[in-house]
Amino acid sequence: MKIIILGAGQVGRTAAYHLAREEANDVTVVDMDDDLLRDLQDRIDIRTVQGNAASPKTLELAGAKSADMIVALTNSDEVNMVACQVAWTIFGTKTKIARIRSQAFTRRPDLFVSTETEPPAQLAGFAVDMYLSPEEAVTAYIERLIRYPGALQVVDFADGRVRLVGLRALKGGLLVGQPIRAIRQHIPKVEARVAAIYRAGESVDPEGDTVIEHGDEVFFIAATQDIRTVMTEIRKLEDPVKRVVIAGGGNIGLRLAQKLEDDNHNVKIIERDVARARHISEQLREAIVLNGDAADEELLVEENIDSADVFCALTNSEEANILSAMLAKHVGAHRVMALISRPAYAELMQTGPIDVAISPQTVTMGSLLAYVRGGDVVQVHSLRGGAAEAMETVAHGAHGGKVVGRAIEDIKLPAGALIITLVRGDDVIMAHHDTVIENDDHVILFVTDKRHVEQVERIFQS
Amino acid sequence: MLAVVHVLGSMLMLFSVTYVLPLATSLIYADGLFVDFVVASLVSLVTGAILWTTTRRMKRELRSRDGFLLVTLGWVLMSAIATVPLLIALPGLSFTDAFFETMSGLSTTGATVLVGIDHLPPSINLWRHALCWYGGMGIIVLVVAILPLLGVGGMQLYKAETPGPMKNDKLTPRITQTARALWFVYFLITVACIVSLKLAGMGWFDAVCHAFAAMALGGFSTYDASVGHFDSAAIEAVLIVFMLIAAMNFGRHFIAWQQRSLRTYLTDIEAKTMLWLIGLSTLGLSLYVWAHGVYPGFGTTLRHVAFNLVSIATDCGFVSQDYAVWPAFAPMWILMLSCYCANTGSTGGGIKMFRTLVLFRQAMRELMLLVHPQAVTPVKIGGQVVQNQIVFAVLAFVVLYFGTVVVLTFALLASGLDFVSSFSAVIACINNAGPGLGAVGPASNFQVLTDFQTWICSLAMLLGRLEIFSVLVLFTPTFWRK
Repeated sequence: MKIIILGAGQVGRTAAYHLAREEANDVTVVDMDDDLLRDLQDRIDIRTVQGNAASPKTLELAGAKSADMIVALTNSDEVNMVACQVAWTIFGTKTKIARIRSQAFTRRPDLFVSTETEPPAQLAGFAVDMYLSPEEAVTAYIERLIRYPGALQVVDFADGRVRLVGLRALKGGLLVGQPIRAIRQHIPKVEARVAAIYRAGESVDPEGDTVIEHGDEVFFIAATQDIRTVMTEIRKLEDPVKRVVIAGGGNIGLRLAQKLEDDNHNVKIIERDVARARHISEQLREAIVLNGDAADEELLVEENIDSADVFCALTNSEEANILSAMLAKHVGAHRVMALISRPAYAELMQTGPIDVAISPQTVTMGSLLAYVRGGDVVQVHSLRGGAAEAMETVAHGAHGGKVVGRAIEDIKLPAGALIITLVRGDDVIMAHHDTVIENDDHVILFVTDKRHVEQVERIFQS
Repeated sequence: MLAVVHVLGSMLMLFSVTYVLPLATSLIYADGLFVDFVVASLVSLVTGAILWTTTRRMKRELRSRDGFLLVTLGWVLMSAIATVPLLIALPGLSFTDAFFETMSGLSTTGATVLVGIDHLPPSINLWRHALCWYGGMGIIVLVVAILPLLGVGGMQLYKAETPGPMKNDKLTPRITQTARALWFVYFLITVACIVSLKLAGMGWFDAVCHAFAAMALGGFSTYDASVGHFDSAAIEAVLIVFMLIAAMNFGRHFIAWQQRSLRTYLTDIEAKTMLWLIGLSTLGLSLYVWAHGVYPGFGTTLRHVAFNLVSIATDCGFVSQDYAVWPAFAPMWILMLSCYCANTGSTGGGIKMFRTLVLFRQAMRELMLLVHPQAVTPVKIGGQVVQNQIVFAVLAFVVLYFGTVVVLTFALLASGLDFVSSFSAVIACINNAGPGLGAVGPASNFQVLTDFQTWICSLAMLLGRLEIFSVLVLFTPTFWRK
């Protein structure tokens, strides 16, 4: 597929990286900054074009005439919307995806009209087939993490009916020190499945007799209402989160605060800029807005950080996030999370003083990747900083194909790829070796090595 | 380092496939060299396989600095391996001379040390011309087109091999596709050239060989007298057209093919300047040579000047007349043109028209700033702004280019060669043009040089083809520092 990415910022770069890695995609990146583009082209096998992303001339240079998809990811909503409109009106580009940050726009979905469903003549809005809101996605993601204290990653499948949770096994969890199959005796009524185990960074095959050890990173899948029960198997369940301190009152910080105060959490939010602090205080009902530096030890102590259940460092600067989160942990915050973009930093921190490193890019990338891969791929989630992937795909075809009508043990998957769950209609079926896949089943797979993703897809496509 | 050797191994294995062309020729003409070429092909395959297997564990993603090492080593090694059939088939040929011949082929210089080319076995002749053809678009670009595994590393290789200052311009998003596109266009035009030459009166074999040499701007011929052997205005006209096409940017050709329209050439300021320069020079020199009464009529003079001038100016190197006997101004002017005429992304060598334009505009800008110290005047070529960074790179290149010419000329002088021969040999080799003047002029060849002088010329050809930077960077301490 020929894809044009507009904007070589954090999100644009990550998208280019993920999309260009798939052999079938030809990626062209457009940005104003020549130096940024040159650097990018040295790292990834893409073409770059310098210029204004919304200008017809630039788009033509970037090959909009023959492009299948345009992904507008600049940090200006207006540019993204106009670029999509230009691509549609002048070049008739089939698929247009825009990044929309402002809630003022996302609250009015009628602004965006998909040309795939609407007859083009009656287009009454911007020609945007899908919009991504990284801030919204990240906020929702953090909210889920807060809802399940102890979880490192929580991602949804099958419209939220099934969840995949990653967490670190600790002594005190009922299953720790025991083989996986013991879970049946512990909680016979609950259907759950261990999808992957990482021990010291290496993947371990989750067989029935694999023993879960203290310190393992465990991924399991279960129906949404059973998640808490299963989590008690892996580590002692913590009390629900009550007090949350947020550092950074930017887009994400503010949204999170709004959601949390609606859920009756006790929220404090620290913002450095006076004007911004005033602005967010006007937006919030009960949350306490503090004007100050999140890396100021005295401020943290004074505001009783030691009794905070969760401290979230959500500023724009990942270095600042790392430092303030480390400081908060040092001063006594129970659990600290930080927005960290660079995978290398995230890796470093998550084994150290910071409990959860949240990568805003990988959170956003999932829905984009799923859309790009098209048709049968419903959902894609990057896990462990992008090294692994979990995806939901629909099995199609007649009996006797590569997938449909076969028992799971008869499907030849590459090493490290595992079918963990099927969703058939409203039923969630945990995969066993003899489970037979039917037409239209939603299959949820865990792929420990991302390089095998394409191979897996090919198996499901035929 | 060893990872580079690993890729080098796969390149050599791939290179063994290129022996198919001479093998087929040998079968068709039954010149008895079939086994020799099989052996040569096996030497390449086995050497490659040994390098490949022994370093398999060192395999990793290529970094940008690996590109330079790989390209330079690749060119030297492939030139060396390509000598095998020559050494087997022509007893008495020294390795020095054989290496010069293959390097001259691959670097599309077209200078030769062989005498009695008319009597060479057809398969050997085809091998020389095939080397030209591979080297024209670039052997590394060919490898990148065929081996998709190189990924981003491929871009580094492409950048290290492709001539011209604007190396970040890709035709297509994927480097493999860009490489394939370039080879595709190159192949297509070559076929057109073969057919045209046949129609103009050549035999098939000569047509193929000369088309290879013309499209690569190599300049090898199957006759000692080069194109002069045919003494045909039609053949010369066909060659002039295709040499000019080959001296233009192949990226443009690809775009023209893609759009099925010639519109893109209208904005090609490089090609326009080249055509004007060559056109005016041809006219001027014709008048000049005619006034000196070298040839009887103006028509004949125009024909000979046009062919030899285009051939040398585009760095091809065919000759039809001994232009060294023309009054000195003419051959010197022609030699000077060979430094500037070929375009970025063409198969020709030298400084390239784009760099010349940049230098010229930069000089104009300095003059402008003397008059208007406050003026803001970006360097523009064809309406496009050229970043200062590129202007600096161009300046550095030209300094290195002339520095190299001076150093190598002195090396030849020190070895006892006269000035005109030394200077023109270095210019002809570094521009990948072919014949020089004096002892190495169009009527004789590089046979007269001593071994030392031959190696100097081989080095000049390599430096010229890889545009100096890619080779010289290997001799900087920073490159090797961990």
